Amino acid sequence: MSNIVIRRARLNVAMPVAPGLVMAAGLAILAAVPGVASEYWLSAVLTPFLILSLAGLGLNLLTGYAGQLSLGTAAFMAVGAYATYNFAVRVPGLSLLMDLLLGGLTTAAIGALFGLPSLRIKGFYLIASTLAAQFFIEWLLTKVSWFSNDDTSGVLSAPRLSIFGWSIATPVSRYQFVLGVVVVVFVVAASLVRSELGRRWMAVRDMDTAAAVIGIPIGRTKLLAFAVSSFVIGIAGALWAFAYLGTVEPHGFDLNLSFEVLFIIIIGGMGSIAGNFYGAAFIVLLPIALSHAAGALAAIGLDVGQLQNLQKILFGSLIIVFLIKEPDGLARLVQIARQRLRNWPLRA
Amino acid sequence: MSFFLEVLVGGLLAGVMYSLVAIGFVLIYKASGVFNFAQGSLVLFGALTFVSLVERHVAPWLAFAATLAVLVLIAIAIERAVLRPLVNRTPIVLFMATLGLSFILEGAAQLFWGAQVHGLDLGIDDKPLQLGGVMISQFDLFAAATAGVLVIALSLLTNRTRLGLSLRAVADDPLAALAVGIRLPRIWAIVWSLAGFVSLVAGLLWGARLGVQFSLSLVVLKALPVLIIGGFSSIGGAIAGGLLVGASEKLAEVYLGSLVGGGIENWFPYVLAILFLLVRPAGLFGEPAVERV
Repeated sequence: MSNIVIRRARLNVAMPVAPGLVMAAGLAILAAVPGVASEYWLSAVLTPFLILSLAGLGLNLLTGYAGQLSLGTAAFMAVGAYATYNFAVRVPGLSLLMDLLLGGLTTAAIGALFGLPSLRIKGFYLIASTLAAQFFIEWLLTKVSWFSNDDTSGVLSAPRLSIFGWSIATPVSRYQFVLGVVVVVFVVAASLVRSELGRRWMAVRDMDTAAAVIGIPIGRTKLLAFAVSSFVIGIAGALWAFAYLGTVEPHGFDLNLSFEVLFIIIIGGMGSIAGNFYGAAFIVLLPIALSHAAGALAAIGLDVGQLQNLQKILFGSLIIVFLIKEPDGLARLVQIARQRLRNWPLRA
Repeated sequence: MSFFLEVLVGGLLAGVMYSLVAIGFVLIYKASGVFNFAQGSLVLFGALTFVSLVERHVAPWLAFAATLAVLVLIAIAIERAVLRPLVNRTPIVLFMATLGLSFILEGAAQLFWGAQVHGLDLGIDDKPLQLGGVMISQFDLFAAATAGVLVIALSLLTNRTRLGLSLRAVADDPLAALAVGIRLPRIWAIVWSLAGFVSLVAGLLWGARLGVQFSLSLVVLKALPVLIIGGFSSIGGAIAGGLLVGASEKLAEVYLGSLVGGGIENWFPYVLAILFLLVRPAGLFGEPAVERV
């Protein structure tokens, strides 16, 4: 009986367009983009957008799904970048994908290590642990030159990227490579949050005491959240370093980058997979839109040099507005809009 | 030995500065349960406004009063626009809101007053004094004295006045405080104003030492371990934590830093804080958290 009711309920909200179709359409558009977009858009907008979405996904798994706040995202991105670099330079014969995978696994181990205090403490006390990661890792990578292959300046230059003879050197091929990695990780993550592990994370997030009562091993669940999240963030960091920037130094992964990724998930939507794309698009496009609007701003007497301050005020205000008005972020707004469109014009 | 003492005293006096910032945190945390990341931005905003007014030939006392007035207005605005709509939300959400707040304050401070470094002269020389064989900066002593006066004033306020009684009632149990007719929104506005005042004092002392510039807002990152060590809800703990962090980071920098290439000041307090969390999660003087299901 209850089965039938549930089926009815599902039928009522049945979507005329399967979500898979929407995703396929989105993918097709992203794959077709290199034919249309200029090199500037590919290398300065779309590639960082995809990588930041991936970093957002990593943090979202930890904060949005498992409820553990982290301010150390940039440090874990740095670990991913430096680990991948070292595997590429020191272990000959590994393919690029293998380097990336090993870099991600190294980051996962480091992430779980800094997640250890979460077994004893929770809430914003965890900020201390993740901030410790942020400062300590930045310092370590600067001080120990072994990590940057004894380069005197501590700066990494991207190794020559190629997979199976396909050289990844042009903006188009870099974009395609990033797109491929991002799609694979997103598909895995999307099914992961619907798996038993994902449900455990959400149970711990919603009420850890209740989760413990129904038999969920809280410690292991939290540590797995740190490990999986750091794995994704590490891969994003490696892509950020080698497919977007080209050269990196530890200070490129500072606290500001951590904040940026945190803003992506607040604006995009915590506990949402698609929200990471919306949030990343927002954070990449807003500065561009602002600098285009600079002409208009100059007309009303604002200095162009003030853009950065304006941007800060705008981001800060948006964070507060989203937290108050729409805690589920842009993802929720998109969902509402789609629902409205579906019912249109019969019901508004 | 005297070198050790000098490092220790220097660290303790730097710790006084951390304590000053941490006190602002504690005030807000006790009254509204908010971990206020924007405290550092308030320090920057206060100091920058004061300095810019003085540079425009406003008398220092007038500039101080005007800055204080602005900070009170900001406190009222924060209560209206941020705290009130977010009432009953989780601490993490409130923390992230103060993160947004700190971006707004930093952006606004530099939008109005520019981003260049301002010198600030409070009229106290930074010359060393010889006290019992140890060199101590006169300015640091002044800062320590200011912190002492501030703490005494705050404890008189909370323990001897009607306002203080309501503050303590709200800190103890917000719902019961509401029930006996204490106006919570007003208390919040008052507490945020008080925190603004403390951060202005801290900003002036820090600013006189380091110059008034953007990096002032980064003291918030030093205050966090101070709070964890001292406990989030104790002003005495903030002082003790500040002294402990100040002294230990200077000692660590001098004695351990030389072994590993220096620069460990940035992360050492955090490692100390994590060790404290593992052993004493409530901090030195904090109340242990009791959870009821």
